[in-house]
Amino acid sequence: MSVESNVDLGAEEGAAGAGPFVLVDELRKRFVSDGPDVVDGISFSVGRGELFGLLGPNGAGKTTTIGVITTRVHPSGGRVLVDGIDVSRDPVGVKRRIAVVPQQSNLDRTLTAVENLSFHAAYFGSNRRDRRLRAREMLARFGLEGREDEAVNNYSGGMAQRLMLARALMHRPQLLVLDEPTSALDPQSRLFLWDTIRDLRRDGVTILLTTHDMDEADLLCDRIAIVDHGKVVALDTPRRLRQLLPSDAGVELVIDGDGDPTQLFSEIEGGRRVEAQPAGQDGWQVRIYGDDDRLTEHAAEMARRAGRPLVELRRIEGTLEDVFVHLTGRELR
Amino acid sequence: MTTSVRSSRSVTTAGGVQRMSAWRAFLGLCQRDLWATVRHEPLAFLSQALLQPIFFLFVFGRVLPEIGAAGDAYGAQLLPGIIALTVVLTAVQNTALPLVIGFSFTKELEDRLLAPLPVEAVAVQTMLMAAARGAIGGLLILPLGQLILPGGVNLGETVWLGFVLILLLGAITGAGMGMVLGTSVPPTRISVAFAVVLTPLIFTGSTFYPWAALGRLRWFQVLTLANPLTYVSEGMRAALTPIDHLPTVAIALGILASLTVFGGLGVRGFARRATS
Repeated sequence: MSVESNVDLGAEEGAAGAGPFVLVDELRKRFVSDGPDVVDGISFSVGRGELFGLLGPNGAGKTTTIGVITTRVHPSGGRVLVDGIDVSRDPVGVKRRIAVVPQQSNLDRTLTAVENLSFHAAYFGSNRRDRRLRAREMLARFGLEGREDEAVNNYSGGMAQRLMLARALMHRPQLLVLDEPTSALDPQSRLFLWDTIRDLRRDGVTILLTTHDMDEADLLCDRIAIVDHGKVVALDTPRRLRQLLPSDAGVELVIDGDGDPTQLFSEIEGGRRVEAQPAGQDGWQVRIYGDDDRLTEHAAEMARRAGRPLVELRRIEGTLEDVFVHLTGRELR
Repeated sequence: MTTSVRSSRSVTTAGGVQRMSAWRAFLGLCQRDLWATVRHEPLAFLSQALLQPIFFLFVFGRVLPEIGAAGDAYGAQLLPGIIALTVVLTAVQNTALPLVIGFSFTKELEDRLLAPLPVEAVAVQTMLMAAARGAIGGLLILPLGQLILPGGVNLGETVWLGFVLILLLGAITGAGMGMVLGTSVPPTRISVAFAVVLTPLIFTGSTFYPWAALGRLRWFQVLTLANPLTYVSEGMRAALTPIDHLPTVAIALGILASLTVFGGLGVRGFARRATS
């Protein structure tokens, strides 16, 4: 449970554009012929320039879905289009448009940092001069200046992560796939990565993100699909997903004055339950649960009429984590 | 990036752009491999390729004749076999090991697999670069033989075209064998697999003796025909020496068949490991 005061800044529909950039349609995948469907009819689409989150417990089918989009896994059924290109029919066409930042470092340990970037760009047809120049630029942008010519073996986890992101951007991909990018990062690196992701989104890069960090998903994503047991169990903006748990929604206010105010709000319109506790020297914190849109207004009005000065007022919503656990259960995977 | 834009303008068809981008990616991968070998691991490459053959040449070609355990002419018989062994083994090791490590532990292959070319082309590229290392390793045995063997190296009767062909085709065959090994064995078993595969490969490949000389051990002579290295060794013997060897047709068929089978299986195995 968290207290939330700001207005939702995320776009409701994701980015506009001519058709989705990624279309996943009734995707199925089974690795063993008599085994279970690891992906069991997943459908979603990612708009051009949208930042789309894929959430789910371990083994839910996220990585397999990402694998199909990035041409590493053959679908058993359904279809996946990237920029209108079928991943099964033209994987090379898809590879030209995408870049992947994996969970675990897959940097070329034989090479130095700048060579990692430069050769990656060479695979995408960049000539030597251009790619050397861009590699230096990217290294500076990602705070790796002065470490360009070091073997990547010496790089820390955070540096390796930044270098992988720099490498992914060398060929200016239209779709960037980030697979749990912040799971092993310190707070500084995480904040830096978040800023970079926002910049990329502003530049119009379509981003597909998987993460276990609910705050991260909430903060960054335009829309989120929660996946479990190979199916999409919820798909919406973070804000609407948070509202899926009506029992956790309501309003919290801090008011001045003596005396337990529980009774005062017991008759409030649209409120289901009222809790109050002393807050500070001579104030009270009151939580009123209910999903009536005008609960905030009613609460402020009642406090005013009772002559209790209002110090703070904010809306309470369930966190994404609450919703996630509600939808996918508590069992260990 | 600018060049790729320019090229996509000049090539109008989608297929043309596709082929151009795949070709550039192929060359980019080759550049990376050459750079890595020359700039970062020349000593590692040379010692891996040459240390074992140097000892074989020294012990079998020099020490044994010296102490009377082998005839003086043995070095001349041995040299072609050692070249073949170096070519094939270097190519095997330069595919199998990097593949096993790159697919599992370091995941280094992932960036190659996302390069804009078909996965099968990545497999062929990997094989060709390993084959190049094998061929260079084999070539370097000539000067080493001159230094180590008591009689030196006599190239008076060498059929150079045959030598080059066997060198190249043998190297590609070795790379195919390495690819099959590297993609079919689980990473945790690779050290066992190397021991189980390489030792018989080395000692049944007509490396240390001409195949024809095995007449008195007929069963062993027949058995060695199953080893692709036999054809490469015999091919080298045919190209470099007047010593009796397998018929040229048999050598050609043996090498081409091995190359086709292992190359094909290798590419298939690679594609299977690369995608699921």
